[in-house]
Amino acid sequence: MTRTVNILDLGARCLGEKALELVRELKRSQDGNLPPYNEDGIRQVVEEMRALFEQNQLEVRATTDGERGLLSGIQLRHACLERNQRCLLAYVHHRMTRIRDYRWQTGSVLPPSFRLSLCEQEIQWFTHYNRSLATYMRSIAPTGLDLTQHLQPPKSLLVEVRCLEDYGEFEMEDGTVVLLHKNTQHYLPRSQCEPLIRQGVLEHIH
Amino acid sequence: MSSLTQSSSSTPSYSSGVPSSAAHYRQPPAAAGGAGDFFDLGDILASQQRVPAQFEQTVYRLGFLDAQSSGEHIQSGAKMELPLWLARALGGRRRNIVRIDLPKQYRQQQRDILRADANVVDLFKQGPYFYLMGVKLLFFDHMERSDLAKSLLETFLNRFRRIMDTSHHAFSSDVTMFTTRLDETERVLFHIGQRSVAAMEKWERGRSHRIEASDVVQKRRKRKRED
Repeated sequence: MTRTVNILDLGARCLGEKALELVRELKRSQDGNLPPYNEDGIRQVVEEMRALFEQNQLEVRATTDGERGLLSGIQLRHACLERNQRCLLAYVHHRMTRIRDYRWQTGSVLPPSFRLSLCEQEIQWFTHYNRSLATYMRSIAPTGLDLTQHLQPPKSLLVEVRCLEDYGEFEMEDGTVVLLHKNTQHYLPRSQCEPLIRQGVLEHIH
Repeated sequence: MSSLTQSSSSTPSYSSGVPSSAAHYRQPPAAAGGAGDFFDLGDILASQQRVPAQFEQTVYRLGFLDAQSSGEHIQSGAKMELPLWLARALGGRRRNIVRIDLPKQYRQQQRDILRADANVVDLFKQGPYFYLMGVKLLFFDHMERSDLAKSLLETFLNRFRRIMDTSHHAFSSDVTMFTTRLDETERVLFHIGQRSVAAMEKWERGRSHRIEASDVVQKRRKRKRED
């Protein structure tokens, strides 16, 4: 009993403040990369919620036993519970949306810098998403159709590109191999190099 | 759910080479019943702002919430600043554990200033989510409710023209002095305006068909350069 009250006391001045901190963290980072998954923050919020819930259980039991006047306190704690729940769900959901956007922007392989800020479950989710997207794309046409390609209508089959970094050998669908060296220019099939342009390896010149 | 469909509809925006952060500039949803979009970060932050409230009932064993008194219970009549979400849960139209008052920036005096000239007011300072919060306050049964609603709408209309103008024409000049005075909703509109000008310019130069590196990659590159 005393322990519960203590935890509550810690958060008393700022009920729901820790959950809000998670939301703020995401909001701040909107233009940059995804911040690391804040496991510690989440755990603290869940702990706060557990304390609130236990206290409410106690008081509900007391009320059914005939004690009066506790209802408004229960309502207050319940509101805090719902608030925390909303913050947590928004946190997870927002991250999921961004990871999904990433799949469409840069392809099925997560760059290591991005991967580091995901938690185990998020990586798992990404793999599942990849898999179902691939299954779907295979199923829509007899030969399959890559939906992430041609996000804008193509005007030509071949495009002129310049290499921005040393990428190494790149094998195309027909088997020809191109050596992508920094600052070299190539004339390649658009569909083949579109992902590389999106990843920033190539630059579309013309 | 609505946020899901919204952001997936933003996917095609990669094609125009416009930063895909359309999802981030996502327009705050109309918070009709004051509830807003459940997953919207802006909405959550907006509902954290505090409103002055007075307790109408005694709340037992939660005295520690009130920093001013050391009692075990919150006495009926105690005054406290509560975050909007809490006030809403305790003082909605049906429940009446607390009664709320309008925060300073929404009171008569401030509304008069806004009516005189809305363009000179720094709305960001008045709570970064001035409109969102204002709309949420309409949820409460407050005497000045209809006045507040009118004032919010008028303020928005009066400022909107200037925002659109600036976002379309001050493209290459420094607008930070202007944008720091906008509330978050207005900033979203401002960015939409700027993005559309950029897209138009690109189209005029015949560059809209060019494939560009994705937004995330571009940002990372910028950061590397800064390092």
